[in-house]
Amino acid sequence: MERDIIVVSRELSISKHRVNRIKSNTFRQSIRVFSKDRLAVIGAVIVLVSILSAVFAPFIAPYAPNIGDGSKRLLPIGTPGHILGLDEQGRDILSRLIYGGRLSLLSAIIPITFMFAISLALGLIAGYFTRLGEVIMRILDVLFAFPTALLAIAISAIIGSGLTTIMLSISIVMLPYMTRVVYTSTMNEKNKEYVEAAKALGATKFEILFKEILPNVLTDIIVYTTTLMGTTIVFASGLSFIGLGIQPPDADWGRMVTGGISVLTQGAPHIATIPGLVILIVATAFNWVGDGLQSALDPYKRTQ
Amino acid sequence: MIVSYVIKRIFYMIPILFGVSLLVFSMIYLIPGDPARMMLGQSASPEAVQQLRDKLGFNDPFIIQYGAWLLDVLHGDLGTSITMRIPVTAFLIPKLLNTLILAAGGLIICVIIGIGVGIAAALRKYTWFDRIIMFMAQFGANAPAFWLAITLMWLFSIKLGWLPSSGMYDVRTGDTFTGLLEHLILPAFATATVSLAVIARLTRSSLIDVLNAEFIKTFRANGISESKIISKHAFRNILPPLINMIGLQIGYLLGGALFVEVVFNWPGIGSQIYASITSQDLPMVQAGVLFIAISFVVVNLINDVFIASLNPRLKN
Amino acid sequence: MTLLDISNLQVHFTSPNGTVQAVNGVDFSINHGEIMALVGESGSGKSITGLSILGLVPKPNGKIVNGSMMFNGSNLVDKTEKEFREIRGKEIAMIFQNPLTAMDPSFTVGNQMLEIIKYRQGLSKKNGLLEAKKLLDLVGIHDHDRVINSYPHALSGGMRQRVMIAMALSCKPKLLIADEPTTALDATIQMQILSLLKRINLELGTSILFITHDFGVVANLCDKVAVMYAGRILEYGETQEILTKPKHPYTKGLMNAMPETSIEQPRDGNGKKRLEQIDGSPPDLLNLPDGCSFFDRCNRATDKCCTAFPDITTKTNGHLVRCFNEEEVYV
Repeated sequence: MERDIIVVSRELSISKHRVNRIKSNTFRQSIRVFSKDRLAVIGAVIVLVSILSAVFAPFIAPYAPNIGDGSKRLLPIGTPGHILGLDEQGRDILSRLIYGGRLSLLSAIIPITFMFAISLALGLIAGYFTRLGEVIMRILDVLFAFPTALLAIAISAIIGSGLTTIMLSISIVMLPYMTRVVYTSTMNEKNKEYVEAAKALGATKFEILFKEILPNVLTDIIVYTTTLMGTTIVFASGLSFIGLGIQPPDADWGRMVTGGISVLTQGAPHIATIPGLVILIVATAFNWVGDGLQSALDPYKRTQ
Repeated sequence: MIVSYVIKRIFYMIPILFGVSLLVFSMIYLIPGDPARMMLGQSASPEAVQQLRDKLGFNDPFIIQYGAWLLDVLHGDLGTSITMRIPVTAFLIPKLLNTLILAAGGLIICVIIGIGVGIAAALRKYTWFDRIIMFMAQFGANAPAFWLAITLMWLFSIKLGWLPSSGMYDVRTGDTFTGLLEHLILPAFATATVSLAVIARLTRSSLIDVLNAEFIKTFRANGISESKIISKHAFRNILPPLINMIGLQIGYLLGGALFVEVVFNWPGIGSQIYASITSQDLPMVQAGVLFIAISFVVVNLINDVFIASLNPRLKN
Repeated sequence: MTLLDISNLQVHFTSPNGTVQAVNGVDFSINHGEIMALVGESGSGKSITGLSILGLVPKPNGKIVNGSMMFNGSNLVDKTEKEFREIRGKEIAMIFQNPLTAMDPSFTVGNQMLEIIKYRQGLSKKNGLLEAKKLLDLVGIHDHDRVINSYPHALSGGMRQRVMIAMALSCKPKLLIADEPTTALDATIQMQILSLLKRINLELGTSILFITHDFGVVANLCDKVAVMYAGRILEYGETQEILTKPKHPYTKGLMNAMPETSIEQPRDGNGKKRLEQIDGSPPDLLNLPDGCSFFDRCNRATDKCCTAFPDITTKTNGHLVRCFNEEEVYV
């Protein structure tokens, strides 16, 4: 009997070692699958370029973003020296885009990153402890009852405008959605056999939750968050557009569009449309990365 | 069986509505600034302000204030606009209708075109048509609503002059239906584009999945024509996930409508809320938010009931 | 009289990793009123063979690249989709493995039966219902109204499979292809379905192509057996002959893996036999070896076996086998 136990535990430690090796192999394999997906790679490049140009803005931008030359206002795309033209106050659009990227990306990345941890914890607990989970999800349902834009606008009505407002609004608005993804994923995982097996081996509830279920749930939430990043950039730009974000003369991509509206009739559509195009492209890039991650991280979900 | 589901759902909705009202009330409660002082002006004495606060119940505990407010709301009284000095409810209801018209227009566009495109792409899967459409859809799903509104307006209104760029009706010809449609097209498309793209992609993938199902093989093996298989069996089985997604999109439509209204000067609740935030007309903002939230909850209920009615396991 | 004659059927699938030779030169024939079993492991190509007969090989990846299937004087391989629609459900019908997923979950059983009956026979709704009830009687379901008004999920597995059979028989087809119809059912229900199929064969004269991986089923039901492996038929002949004198090591291995068909002599004094297993796993259909595809799992393999695929050797009674080292005859 004792010999059996020793044999079993030796086999378990061997299989754990094998599992670790499998894990690193799986990691390398995930990277390989990801790099085969052309769109995912292009998306990753675009995202990287945006982040890097935001970080190194002072070194990359040809002009200062907030200094305008009144004599050059409304000049179109392709004006010598100003490849994307100038805006309604004579400021170089490319430079404003690069500096604006800092704010647009920041206002999405920071809240989502914070909410990642919170939603993960909340979702795992809600999914695993059923009765507590029902209470939590009911409370979140109240937040779900609001269209996201509405909720954000209402929040900013209370606390005023500014970058922190936008980040706070985004945090509150996105938390329920992220939590629900973790929640659904946890609910699916907790009924699977490996959880039964862990229970039979005597694992405590928290051990099961964090060592067994968490890694499997992580895939879903990582993929969701990546795509959500893109959606949030679009969302934040909408709030800025209405004037609830950064105040002029500083501008993120959404705010740049606001300036362009008044001059639409004066034959200068590029001011309002270019930033929107940039938002679209960056958000789609995040989408592509998210899709690529999904195929790379979860072999069962690799579809057409 | 479905009736019991509906009743259960309605019961479930009630605490949600309470929660929503509580949240909306808290928002206004939390707004900094003293409404009594605002009403009396900066030069009023502190005693006069306190008196007004007592009279209006601003010094009562939170629960009492909430209860009083809720009672008023249930009677249809949402207060008086600070800036316009008129009762809010009567003012906002037509605006709500206008927003619903815009959202409905968007819904029709995104459902009809989205599902149509999705089916067409699925039936031609892996061809050029399919790839291009899905590529475009991926971009479309990420287009900011306000940017779409502006771009469409610039292209079709300013540059081409085909369609009007603001308002809901033609001032000269009055409340005509064609006038409405003319003014509705651009804003509705701007509102609908993202949802259209999302629905198209979902329709395509759902249809492809369903066409791979076992039971499709059964009917093919019995000689049923492909068109009947698609129109009857495939279509019926993609409805549940589709309608589920449409329900999710309604939230986006209502939210996107807010931005579109501002750009196109569409006289709906969205542009009203926006104007009221700027002028700090709190009762108006509060009522506007409440109206939209309630509409959203009700529409979701209808959507869920519809999905349940499609579920054969709920029939007996 | 020959009903279906398949000759050198080859079906290939294109995949990103290369061409999968799912069916690699299959020959067999079914006579009128005959029940034939096509036996093989998963991945042997037996299901694809069944699907090819009705032109249901999944496009665009799958394609019949060679061979002929003569049915009623014409070659099924050449038929267009339109022509197939005249054959499917009318001359040749097919039932599938999983009766729950084989029916549309969103419509009642009656609705689906009527759809097929009305389409095939152009009957009115009233007459169609009468016909449906007659068919249900045929398959042993007498609780007509309840079944007709139920949704698929409300019926038991055995009931569902009976309904599937009823739908398949609605036009009295000459040939019924049954793709593992009992695999998803409990043992007792299995027996019921098998005796139902036998009865239909006797009463209606319907030929049956019974695709399965279970040799035990073959013994009771089928007149002829073809054993399939990695896209090719290794042994073929009358059931009695094959069961008593299996020549191919694979056939013998399959039979010895099942208690009902094991022909091993009892090893211990209690008269109990040991079940054997065949080590290894089927070959990768993307890279088939040059020689016999069973080479690496065969306990009678010799060097000759990996050079070329054995030709057909005909024994007595139309017993065909493809092996260089056939089994000796057992007592």
